[in-house]
Amino acid sequence: MSDQPLLRVNAVTKYYGGRIGCEDVTVSLWPGEVLAVVGESGSGKTTLLNCISTRLPPTSGTVEYRMRDGQMRDLYRMGEAERRLLMRTDWGFVHQNPADGLRMTVSAGANVGERLMAVGDRHYGKIRAAAGDWLGRVEIDVDRIDDQPRDFSGGMRQRLQIARNLVTGPRLVFMDEPTGGLDVSVQARLLDLVRSLVADLGLSAIVVTHDLAVARLLSHRMLVMKDGHVIEHGLTDRVLDDPQEPYTQLLVSSILQV
Amino acid sequence: MYVAVKGGEKAINNAHRLLADRRRGDRSVPAVSLEQIVEQLALGVDRIMSEASLYDRELAALAMKQARGDMIEAIFLLRAYRTTLPRFGYSEPIDTSEMRIERRISATYKDLPGGQLLGPTFDYTHRLLDPDLMTDGEVDEGIAAEAETGRTPRVSEILANEGLIESDGELPDDHRTGDLTREPMEFPMERDIRLQALARGDEGFLLALGYSTQRGYARTHPFTGEIRIGEVEVLLEVPELGFAVSLGEIQVTECQMVTQFKGSAKSPPQFTRGYGLVFGQSERKAMAMSLVDRALRAEELGEDIVAPAQDEEFVISHSDNVQATGFVEHLKLPHYVDFQAELDLVRRMRAEYEENQKKQEGNGGDTLEAAE
Amino acid sequence: MTIQQTDMATYNFAYLDEQTKRMIRRAILKAIAIPGYQVPFASREMPMPYGWGTGGVQVTASILGPDDVLKVIDQGADDTTNAVSIRAFFQRVANVAVTTHTKDATVIQTRHRIPEETLGKGQVLVYQVPIPEPLRYLEPRETETRKMHALEEYGLMHVKLYEDIARNGHIATTYAYPVKVEGRYVMDPSPTPKFDNPKMHMSEALQLFGAGREKRIYALPPHTEVVSLDFEDHPFEVQKFDQPCALCGAEGVYLDEVILDDKGGRMFVCSDTDHCEKRREEGHRGPLAAEAPEMQS
Repeated sequence: MSDQPLLRVNAVTKYYGGRIGCEDVTVSLWPGEVLAVVGESGSGKTTLLNCISTRLPPTSGTVEYRMRDGQMRDLYRMGEAERRLLMRTDWGFVHQNPADGLRMTVSAGANVGERLMAVGDRHYGKIRAAAGDWLGRVEIDVDRIDDQPRDFSGGMRQRLQIARNLVTGPRLVFMDEPTGGLDVSVQARLLDLVRSLVADLGLSAIVVTHDLAVARLLSHRMLVMKDGHVIEHGLTDRVLDDPQEPYTQLLVSSILQV
Repeated sequence: MYVAVKGGEKAINNAHRLLADRRRGDRSVPAVSLEQIVEQLALGVDRIMSEASLYDRELAALAMKQARGDMIEAIFLLRAYRTTLPRFGYSEPIDTSEMRIERRISATYKDLPGGQLLGPTFDYTHRLLDPDLMTDGEVDEGIAAEAETGRTPRVSEILANEGLIESDGELPDDHRTGDLTREPMEFPMERDIRLQALARGDEGFLLALGYSTQRGYARTHPFTGEIRIGEVEVLLEVPELGFAVSLGEIQVTECQMVTQFKGSAKSPPQFTRGYGLVFGQSERKAMAMSLVDRALRAEELGEDIVAPAQDEEFVISHSDNVQATGFVEHLKLPHYVDFQAELDLVRRMRAEYEENQKKQEGNGGDTLEAAE
Repeated sequence: MTIQQTDMATYNFAYLDEQTKRMIRRAILKAIAIPGYQVPFASREMPMPYGWGTGGVQVTASILGPDDVLKVIDQGADDTTNAVSIRAFFQRVANVAVTTHTKDATVIQTRHRIPEETLGKGQVLVYQVPIPEPLRYLEPRETETRKMHALEEYGLMHVKLYEDIARNGHIATTYAYPVKVEGRYVMDPSPTPKFDNPKMHMSEALQLFGAGREKRIYALPPHTEVVSLDFEDHPFEVQKFDQPCALCGAEGVYLDEVILDDKGGRMFVCSDTDHCEKRREEGHRGPLAAEAPEMQS
């Protein structure tokens, strides 16, 4: 693997008029690495995610990504067509609400197969087989391939969303509160799945979450945000076991011990 | 043997002749004259002028007569005629503050400079069918109020003096006023093009949308700031002369709605506006237009878009009744070739279904074959 | 009175004023330069209703010259009422020669069919288009579909085809079947039956598409690659009729179903009336030719 990072975020800042969304965030991400961005509501973590994933242009700062040919490219200097192609093939984005990341009135098979069709796959049988394969990998019963996500439970929808994102073999996946709104047991199952997929596929990921347990389970490194600033960063285990900043200590100590 | 709509030229000619015959009706009944239509069916004439975007009462009356009273057909006729007319140029914007007012009301103030002038309105009539109108009896002359000359200030100016209402709306200095009838329609639209589309939009459609905003499908808190109806001068700048010449007067109805204020503790709130302007006396249309205008400004004013009346593409794509009727009525044209294609598919699918059923019965019937 | 009681002769040749024709020709040239791309144009109010061919009429009016020979068909026939009406319109406002013979025409305006006879160099086929946007029923917003075309994002179209097969075992589109032009733009061929799609591919004629109400023009210059969307394992297929034309015996042509009685009696005859007539003149006879009453031409 190259020793160049996969993603380089440099001094990314976003203001909403007079209000700070996020300010001066610098971080790099290496292949196969999972980075958690944690903080409470209003910390700026979702703003940061959106700036990095090109959904929201920052006020200043750059975001560079290493393309498959090894070249580092400034994402905001890219043409929209190229950027959108990147989002469909090399990247994934898992929304907190699966309905935002799925076509609810189209079958599960079509949902998973869409990206393959968007990049030129033209064999119905093979597309369907790939979709079926992925449904299996995210533990959705293959018999449901022709059912619509409207008829799925929350946990199933989320797993379908993950399959839809991973089918083109992306190298980088963004996740915005992937377990938000799910029952605890369902969350656990989903996190296990995500963890094994990430490991099996060598994915890099940036996971935004307010839940430190999610961060602990999924990530190698962690950013802690408060009021738009990164106040602490480091290896996940270190930050959670030995938090330096008072705010981080507060967060860690607030985890309910069950 | 009947083979499709094989009318041929003869049938079409016969149809036209029958239409002309029916249009004239009973020959012993006097034919209706254009003067009668202009004088006595004035509000119909006004609507036709507005939605055809052509101010000419006689032509509108001719269109109404030719269309046998079908308003949209009449609007279509007048628009088709308008297309063929040469253009000399664009007038100056009409100045409604200089209007020779026949009717002027405001719901926001009890009384105001210029007064409240009811004019020839249906508003307070009792809707009782009047048998007197069955015959041509004597009708008294109206009692004219003192003619309002000179400038009658607008309610919006009164509010603006206190800074209470937003300004009239701004487009960049280099903005060239568009012409909806000369340019392809594209979304999103600038407000000038949008207002043109609304001015010639179907009264019923806009009325319903305006109504919806009053019933909770979006909400604009409208107050009728002012409705004024009267004559305004049309001025044309003539390049050879170097000054503007008056071409005459036209009657228009203008409606300004004072709507939901915008602002907060941090930036001082102001009322916002909706605007309606149509030819002739078409109050309902001007009011509906102003409600929809305001609703369509939702994005500009940072409001959530939650209702059909706020959806620009939906409203403007479907507000043109000539387009709408063309497409709806085109379903009368033969479609048997495409229908044949559908028949073929449906028959084939049904045959496959029968075959599958037979196969299953052969297999003992309880294997579920998923659709391939 | 501002209107004179004049006849149509005082209108410009082919009704439209020269400025308008120029505007439309520019749109046509742009369309030809970008095959399959929908060019917006300022459609005029015409003397026939929107939805009844105003786009086709405006395109024809803009390219028609005094030496042209015009054919107008609807559902493949020269004598359906709308075709009669449009042909009469051009005879009045352009005094142009008209014909029902495909091979004699220089400009053919059509609704919902492509003539059976292969078109040649120098001929122009003008299609009447109701909804030019192939993605319209998948995505109603013009602002979105414009972007999808610009960025060549047609995944949604294939999702629809996939769903058809998953649900019905077949692609359920039988007319206005979407095609890909020169490997770039997805285009709606107008509501011609999919049977006609192959005729658009590598035609020697110029094909122009006019949508008046929706205000779009698009084009296929001669020798353009036009491929119907499909899957490798569910390839595009034209429909087959299991009998020949009852009157002229033609096979491999599109047939109209005609109901003869209320007991289910039916016969199938050529949709392309000129083609059928020609064949009968040449002596071909179909199985019911003897029994069928005289067809009105």
